[in-house]
Amino acid sequence: MMDAGRHPNITLLTYSEVTNISGYVGNFKVTIKKKPRYVREDLCVGCLQCIDKCVFKNAKFPDEFNMGLNLRKPVYLPFPQATPQVVLIDPEQCLFLKTGKCKQSCAEACDRKAIDFEQKEEILEFQVGAVIVATGFEPFDTKRLPYYGYGQYSNVYTALEVERLTSASGPTGGEVILRDGRHPKSVGIIHCVGSRDDKTNKYCSRVCCMYSLKLAHVVRDHTGAEVYNFYIDIRTAGKGYEEFYDKLLEEGVHFIRGRVADVNDWATTPEEEGKLVLRVEDTLIGVTRRIPVDMVILSTGIEPQRDADKVASMFGISRSPDGFFAEAHPKLRPVETNTDGVFLAGCTQGPRDVPDTVAHAGAAASMALALLDKGVVTISPIVAEVEEKYCSACKTCLSVCPYTAIIFDEAKNVARINDALCKGCGTCVAACPAGAITGKHFTDEQIIVQIEGLLREPEELAAKAVEGARP
Amino acid sequence: MNNGKFEPRIIAFLCNWCTYTAADAAGVARMEQPANVDVIRVMCTGRIEPMFILKAFSEGADGVIVSGCHPPGDCHYNNGNFKTFRRMPLVEALLTQFGIDEGRFHWGWISGAEAPLWAQLARNFTEQVRALGPLAWKSQKASKED
Repeated sequence: MMDAGRHPNITLLTYSEVTNISGYVGNFKVTIKKKPRYVREDLCVGCLQCIDKCVFKNAKFPDEFNMGLNLRKPVYLPFPQATPQVVLIDPEQCLFLKTGKCKQSCAEACDRKAIDFEQKEEILEFQVGAVIVATGFEPFDTKRLPYYGYGQYSNVYTALEVERLTSASGPTGGEVILRDGRHPKSVGIIHCVGSRDDKTNKYCSRVCCMYSLKLAHVVRDHTGAEVYNFYIDIRTAGKGYEEFYDKLLEEGVHFIRGRVADVNDWATTPEEEGKLVLRVEDTLIGVTRRIPVDMVILSTGIEPQRDADKVASMFGISRSPDGFFAEAHPKLRPVETNTDGVFLAGCTQGPRDVPDTVAHAGAAASMALALLDKGVVTISPIVAEVEEKYCSACKTCLSVCPYTAIIFDEAKNVARINDALCKGCGTCVAACPAGAITGKHFTDEQIIVQIEGLLREPEELAAKAVEGARP
Repeated sequence: MNNGKFEPRIIAFLCNWCTYTAADAAGVARMEQPANVDVIRVMCTGRIEPMFILKAFSEGADGVIVSGCHPPGDCHYNNGNFKTFRRMPLVEALLTQFGIDEGRFHWGWISGAEAPLWAQLARNFTEQVRALGPLAWKSQKASKED
């Protein structure tokens, strides 16, 4: 990330949003909304003195990066390795931005005068040749499955929360402490939450098995707790992955094959008192079991971003039935979209893990560079063409073209089609009352010959064949 | 081929991005579908002129299918399907005036991900047209010319 931030050929726009895109391959015009962070990026060096001096003596707002497990101040650095190393101010929380009444001790503390409460939203425009869409994914919202008790029982966690708990730079410095202050003695990990499920998402999210195994290993390592994995199938395809699973089996992590029915705190025996009970059918021995644990981890699946529909229509990308962006061909063109010059990278196209994402992103970057480096663009031969002498200048075609690829030549009084913009849909061909437009490769003659050929009687075909064979 | 049983001949105009993809996928997945339906691929249903549909009937088709991407947002060309949406009811009215039963013409939407729906449409529509019997437009036309 740091490398990308420092690279002379890369302009990094964080805290920004693409609001519009127009044009075509090699010649896109992108409009970007840069949100105000109330800190001058060119002046801030990330010394963090403003955070210390903020009038909020104690942090008060949930820290998004740590999944709300700790608190932050209105002026903050999103996370320790954030690129660029620049703080920002949350306008919804900052006293000055909200009420206008604050002694602005953060601005006083900044000796580089980087804090600028006057900063406004900026609209930037860029001319670009290719676009890579890498908008990522959204973790499954566990509240959609109320029977797992997330939000109801404080010791039910999502995997991302536990990931932060076990991180040395996380809110507890790597110590696994439950919300009630205890250390867990037993932990249950529920796989496939929001994946491989008719009620939520039918697809496999691919990464959950491996991160569940990793969390099982790390939690066991940090706390010495008994760890139970509740799985449908363990899918550890990948280099070194199956070996890791084998290692966990040897370490004594428990694996129970079955989908957990529910999580509750209704104890039926003394050892279940004060614990969360997972009810599950162990499908390998064919009995229903009750497993009491201190902590439940939900291995949440990967879902498309909530605004994927807006992004898809803005960039002209189609979507697969699961909602992820569709590639041009599942096997042969995995990083291209059906819109020339727009490429996909990472989970925006479908669930994948880090090595696969890096490979996918590398492929997208080289596809984009290869396109730009050539300097010329190869376009599809399927385009429409106006036969000028037949054009009656009615301008019907102008109104039906979805790409505004047709311009009207006032001087010659005819319509003209821009080959680079035309995608060859043929709508204008069908609409032209004068029959002056031909859709190359899908001409009226070609389609009519197809109709005639398909409907010819077998006897006619045989007669034709004999006729053709005569010298 | 037909053993005396009436085998309807159906022409399907499918858009390249949605229904053609679905028909292709149905074939790859080896779904059961009748051989009565012959597919003509166009880039977009917006390309389909009413003349093609009339031509198909006059050349001896017993039924015609037009199918593309679901409105509103599925169309690869932003809004080609809307043009079909506006054109096809007129074609339907025109065919009725020509005395062609409504059941011989179907227009609708099947996305690239809906291969089973395509196979189902092909099966159901073939049976529907089979029940209506031969249209025999071509033979009538020939006898008039004589």
